[in-house]
Amino acid sequence: MNRARKLACVVVLVVCAMSLAANWLAPAGYAKQFREAPDAPPSHQHLLGTDEVGRDRFARVLYGTRISLLLAPAAALVSTVLAALVGGLAGYLGGFWLRLARGFTDLFLSLPWLFLLITVRALLPLNVSPLTSVLITFLILGLLGWAASARVLSTSADALRNSDFILQARASGLHGPRLFLIHVLPNLKPVLYAQFWISIPVFILSEANLGILGLGVAEPMPSWGSLLRELEGLISFREEPWRLVPLLLLIVVMTSFQLLLSNEEVTA
Amino acid sequence: MLQPLLSAKTQFWKIAKRVTQKLAAIAALVLLGGLLSATLVRMAPGFDADERELDPSLSAESQLALRQSRAGEHDILRFYASYLRGAIHGDLGTSHALGQPVQSLLRERWPVTLRVAGIGLLLAWILASTLAFTACLWRLPAFEIFGTTVSGAFLCIPAAVLALLSVILNAPGYLAIALIVFPKIYRYSRNLFAKAYAMPHITAARARGLSETRILACHVLPIAGPQMIALAGITVSIALGAAIPVEALCGLPGIGQLAWQAALSRDLPLLVNLTVMVTLVTLLANSGADVMVYMLARGES
Amino acid sequence: MNMSKPGRPAFSQFLFCVAFLSLALSAVASAQSGGELRFCLRSEPKTFDPLLVDDDSSLSIRYLTGGVLVRLNRHTQELEPDLAESWKLSKDGKQITFKLRTGVTFSDGSPFSAEDVAFTMQRLMDPALHSSTGDAFRSSSGAVTTKIIALDQIAITFPAPIAGLDRLFDQVAIMSAHSPKKEAAVLGPFMVAEYKAGSSLLLRRNPSYWKKDSQGRRLPYLDSIRLDIQSNRDVEMLRFKRGELDLINVIDSDYFDRLAASSPGLAHDAGASLDSDFMWFNLVASAPIPDYKRAWFRSTNFRRAISEAINRNDLARIVFNGHAQPAVGPVSPANKFWFDSNLKAETYRPDAALNLLQADGFHLQNGALLDKAGNAVEFSIVTNASSKPRERMAVMVQEDLGKLGIKVNVVTLDFPSLIERISQKFNYEAAMLGFRNVDLDPNGQMNIWLSSAENHAWNPQQKAPETAWEAEMDRLMRAQASAADPKKRKESFDRVQEIVAEQVPFIYLVNQNALSAVSSAVQGADPGILSPQTFWNADRITLNQTKRASR
Repeated sequence: MNRARKLACVVVLVVCAMSLAANWLAPAGYAKQFREAPDAPPSHQHLLGTDEVGRDRFARVLYGTRISLLLAPAAALVSTVLAALVGGLAGYLGGFWLRLARGFTDLFLSLPWLFLLITVRALLPLNVSPLTSVLITFLILGLLGWAASARVLSTSADALRNSDFILQARASGLHGPRLFLIHVLPNLKPVLYAQFWISIPVFILSEANLGILGLGVAEPMPSWGSLLRELEGLISFREEPWRLVPLLLLIVVMTSFQLLLSNEEVTA
Repeated sequence: MLQPLLSAKTQFWKIAKRVTQKLAAIAALVLLGGLLSATLVRMAPGFDADERELDPSLSAESQLALRQSRAGEHDILRFYASYLRGAIHGDLGTSHALGQPVQSLLRERWPVTLRVAGIGLLLAWILASTLAFTACLWRLPAFEIFGTTVSGAFLCIPAAVLALLSVILNAPGYLAIALIVFPKIYRYSRNLFAKAYAMPHITAARARGLSETRILACHVLPIAGPQMIALAGITVSIALGAAIPVEALCGLPGIGQLAWQAALSRDLPLLVNLTVMVTLVTLLANSGADVMVYMLARGES
Repeated sequence: MNMSKPGRPAFSQFLFCVAFLSLALSAVASAQSGGELRFCLRSEPKTFDPLLVDDDSSLSIRYLTGGVLVRLNRHTQELEPDLAESWKLSKDGKQITFKLRTGVTFSDGSPFSAEDVAFTMQRLMDPALHSSTGDAFRSSSGAVTTKIIALDQIAITFPAPIAGLDRLFDQVAIMSAHSPKKEAAVLGPFMVAEYKAGSSLLLRRNPSYWKKDSQGRRLPYLDSIRLDIQSNRDVEMLRFKRGELDLINVIDSDYFDRLAASSPGLAHDAGASLDSDFMWFNLVASAPIPDYKRAWFRSTNFRRAISEAINRNDLARIVFNGHAQPAVGPVSPANKFWFDSNLKAETYRPDAALNLLQADGFHLQNGALLDKAGNAVEFSIVTNASSKPRERMAVMVQEDLGKLGIKVNVVTLDFPSLIERISQKFNYEAAMLGFRNVDLDPNGQMNIWLSSAENHAWNPQQKAPETAWEAEMDRLMRAQASAADPKKRKESFDRVQEIVAEQVPFIYLVNQNALSAVSSAVQGADPGILSPQTFWNADRITLNQTKRASR
């Protein structure tokens, strides 16, 4: 495992360094359209070729990394904290609160939130700056993405509430928030970790899908999500394998991060 | 003689009361879900916009009529009340976009989704739990990395691409759903298993030379079981969500495809019914999981 | 979902043998009869009622199943007799008299006569029906009268003259007045036999279709047509390549090139179509946009400058891989009669554009364009999300205008939100859309050019024309509608096209080419630019079973 971790560490460092050095590595920038060479295959000038309007794909990947790698984990954190609060607390309190929270999460899981997003877009001005739009999008994703794991957490916390060691802790005088933080929360870790790691790629992809509602990263800014959306129109991957690079990169980075940040107890 | 009979009777009434309460809660939530979704749709822009408004051959009168055709839905409470009145008499309204009674649309399309999402979910569970369990059993770093990478890869591929791939490879639609849902189940169950296996008494049991099947059955499942069951409950709604892109791309006439059409045309009667049904399924799946967990806990104590 | 598996080799060999045998036998009988043609509809048909048709899928079904009095030949762009053997327009342009074909029956056997035409017209013109086909005939209020002169002769009188009246009947599928099967009784070459909602539609040959070929054989040659409902173009293309589909009516340019590279015989580029893509600025007085922006948009110089700063050649070359032409104006050069040949597409002249802007007091400061009052020039373009080419065009326009120091924000919206913004709330700055032009005659564009109309997109429903040039356009449009002489009409409409070029209320970008794909098994198809591009002569299309089996 150790060697794998070292490798993962190198991968993450290289990717972060490259995205930070994007200005030097890809001086032409992510928006410049090389109109004489749209849809070009990889070449000396364009390492990963160009997209449909002739923008350098390598530059777009680097700049897209900045946005997606920063904001998607932040949104995943928001949703994980929310899940821990709603699910964990409900299970920990039990009784009426548990029933209420479960009803609420079930309802939350079934509502058509698409329409909320459409409404949010309508409330924003049309000339909103790309950064604001991205921030709001990821915030919404974080606020909407917690329900499923909260549901599982409520069951874990419910089981914990009646377990021997919580009763023991109670008997030894530990109560309220301290008991919750010290004894309950750590035991919810497996689900919370899973929630966090699942959310990151899911949010990266959702951000791109929200582009159809005018939310998310606005043109010409790139994001991993919009780079992955390029794959949708591709019937034959064999003809243009370099288009798969953003996907491979995302997978490698995600795996490396996971290997790096996970502890012994919860590995995946 | 009288005592146990009485307690059995009170027991029965107790259970009956709980069941009734539960059913009442489900019914209330379903109704609330319908109302909330109707409100969400109504508040969203483009509620009474129709593509035909851009048709230059329509006269001003026809355009006006088009706009007024949804006037009855502007007051959401009134709409919902009349929808409920109809629903009691077995009339679920008529879809705007497809011009057919919602009832017949749902009747035609539920079986498709039920089959595709059902088989997909089952496959996903088999795949994920096998992989997760093997990973825990073997505890080989290489397998660990393999599992993380494979599940990560499927999480990173857009659902539409997976659906498209299934069309390219001529694979059935449920396979795409299975591949979309599988990594999520894997991640959760892998962590739950790992946590359970890391418990001190399991290490002790291993040291005592207990067989792996026994360890799984007697020690791991009791710890991870309840959460796995809860997970099973929520994967139903995850699978229903995955059905939307898969059905649309694979040309499967199911609920997912219908929901997407309804959303794009702001088809209020259809959307309300779909939300009501999805809420019902979600509630039943999750409540079923709760009941199972509850019964397991009782069985143990 | 098509579940057919690639199949084990032994089994497919067996199949091949069977196919070969049956071919050998059938080749003797006829190489060109029967078979099932297969292609995709991109959306669920919204109606089977031919008079209420308003969406592409329903339109295709109406074309294949409906019988019309006159038919516009999609190849020659000329009108041809169909169920009417001949017709005559009155001098005042208000009345049309049809001499009908006799001995024709509907698909259910009920006879066709003038009564059916009268019934159809009465129903079509019922104001409560709100049919777009019917509205096309409505030039002024008042009732339409039908007079049955004989069983095979009918006169239809309108309250006011209608320009291009006879052509409008190409869209009117005649319904039976008496058949209990209502719209299921048809006069066209095919009839709807089976409909699986959300999945597919089967049209079967109408045995009572009246047309015969030169050898006296009853048309259509095909036994049936299977229409799969599939909105995803990737899937459609994939299935075409596999031989599961025989036609793609409209194909995207990137797929076209790929297909042309792998099997050149199957890809057809019929040249510029009637459809155009364009953008426009919001000129509505009450629109919720800042006053200084409205002032820019209302300036002719500003609009002309934007138009000149867009590189249309690049749009056509990059977004459509060269399968599009820089657009000239409201009429595509493909519309042979109505196009004003004095007009040319706007050339890319960023310097001239900057001069025009400077004339209006705009100036450059640190690479950003500012107006007289010092406001930075920034605006958003809204467009619909489902069209990839349009998104790309928006991005390219963004870059082109960026070179002038103008900041453009591209906002893609779902269609209902977009419609609400551009036609109800007017809460947008600029919009980019496409116009599917199915009608060659400019009379169909009345609701776009009249300043009082709903579809006068840049500033609809004006009580009185707000500008002199819009007043002039109103006058010219009315003049062309009331003139009977096509030459006079063209003079008026040419002037409208010139005003559009001068005032640039719409900035026309490109006319996409009509691209289609036709399998080599299909014989007799003649893909054109008019809808339905590939199957307009479906009754004469045949399938070569040998080629299909060998695929």
